[in-house]
Amino acid sequence: MNGSPDRAIEAQGLGKRFGIRWVLRGVTLDVARGEAAGLLGPNGSGKSTILRILGTLLRPNAGSATVNGLDIVGDASEVRGQIGYLAHTPGLYEDLTARENLVFAADMLGLSHGLADSSLERVGLAKVANNRVRGFSAGMQRRLALARLIMRNPKVLLLDEPYSNLDDEGVDLMNSVIREIIGSGGAALLALHELAPAKGMIDRTLKLIDGRISIAHRDRAAQDHAMLASV
Amino acid sequence: MSLRDDWRRTRAIAMKDLTTEIRAKAGFNGVASLAVTILILLGLALGPDAAALRNAAVGAVWLATLFSGVLAFNRSFQVELESGALEPLLLYPGPRWPIFAGKLLGNLIFVGLMVLIVMLVGIVLFGITVPDTWPELLAVVALGVVGLVVLGTFYASMSSRSRAREVLLPLLLFPMLVPVLLAATTASKALLGADLMHEAGAWIRLLIGFDTLFLVATFLAFEHVIEA
Repeated sequence: MNGSPDRAIEAQGLGKRFGIRWVLRGVTLDVARGEAAGLLGPNGSGKSTILRILGTLLRPNAGSATVNGLDIVGDASEVRGQIGYLAHTPGLYEDLTARENLVFAADMLGLSHGLADSSLERVGLAKVANNRVRGFSAGMQRRLALARLIMRNPKVLLLDEPYSNLDDEGVDLMNSVIREIIGSGGAALLALHELAPAKGMIDRTLKLIDGRISIAHRDRAAQDHAMLASV
Repeated sequence: MSLRDDWRRTRAIAMKDLTTEIRAKAGFNGVASLAVTILILLGLALGPDAAALRNAAVGAVWLATLFSGVLAFNRSFQVELESGALEPLLLYPGPRWPIFAGKLLGNLIFVGLMVLIVMLVGIVLFGITVPDTWPELLAVVALGVVGLVVLGTFYASMSSRSRAREVLLPLLLFPMLVPVLLAATTASKALLGADLMHEAGAWIRLLIGFDTLFLVATFLAFEHVIEA
């Protein structure tokens, strides 16, 4: 499947089964370049599964999807180079310091270690750079995971509950990162429990119920924002 | 990505695993304690007969290495799973083999250190006289450890996502290790006994053959094993 050039994410009839239970049933969605879409739905509706499939962490049992025109199964390695995936758990090494975690990421990405320091500065963790992550609060761990994501310079963001455990300042930081990436022609798909922290960020919401996209509509706040901007 | 980048990733994973182990401490201490306990128990079970102890020494050392090694292999992927770091690890672009190579390198250093301790304790406990053929003996131990660690790391990655991984790993690993352990123990025993029948050479060649085969096969298969 080759996606259309203006679509950052395109999925057709995605299905995923765990054992005999279908978690996703024929999900079709797309996210345009320069767009942030919110994926809403109750617990267990399949939001995280969609993100994990698009992030190449799971293989779909049915359907196909592309990220920036790259097939998520056939071109998985290239897709991984394009995305910034933030999981529900930060996935950090607790016995390493904040800086060591990012230096490790820099090594894995083939980047300079200097990027680790600038990313720590950006998320406001420079002062605790040499502290072990074990002593960090959940919000600080979230910020560190965000710093790791920034280092990747992703074109497409896949964010699973990105605002959880973040204080107001952290929410602003997250939104500024999303805005920056969308502003440079990227796209974002956010799995959300509640829309409030993402208000004004989301261009379109997709409602997922029982493994299917049931409603898709443009976000009113975003439309108002766009209208005001045009005036 | 170039081979240089892949080596950087390999080294980063090994260093990260070793740093985590050094800081956590419990891992190495637990594994080494288990190995020494097995040696002591076997020594006590065999009684004070010096000849019986010397005859059983090689088997005891490899047995202690095997059981404590299984604990070490399980730990190497448990660290990733406990912190939810396996997914970020799999999300880095590029080939998967540096992940396996890094885990392998980390486990080789970890198990290598443990084997050194086991050997020293074994020499003292079982009253072993270090033979003139000690360089060959060390080579056999190194080859045996490589075979053990290659298969152990591979099967630990395979069983890492299973809830029954502690049970699954030995079930998968032990049958595959039979040729490596057979060659390693027979060659070690021959070298400790001055190798009068000149049989060590054949076992060492067999060990090299199995190590090569397992190395190639596991590197080729890892990409498919680690994918969900």
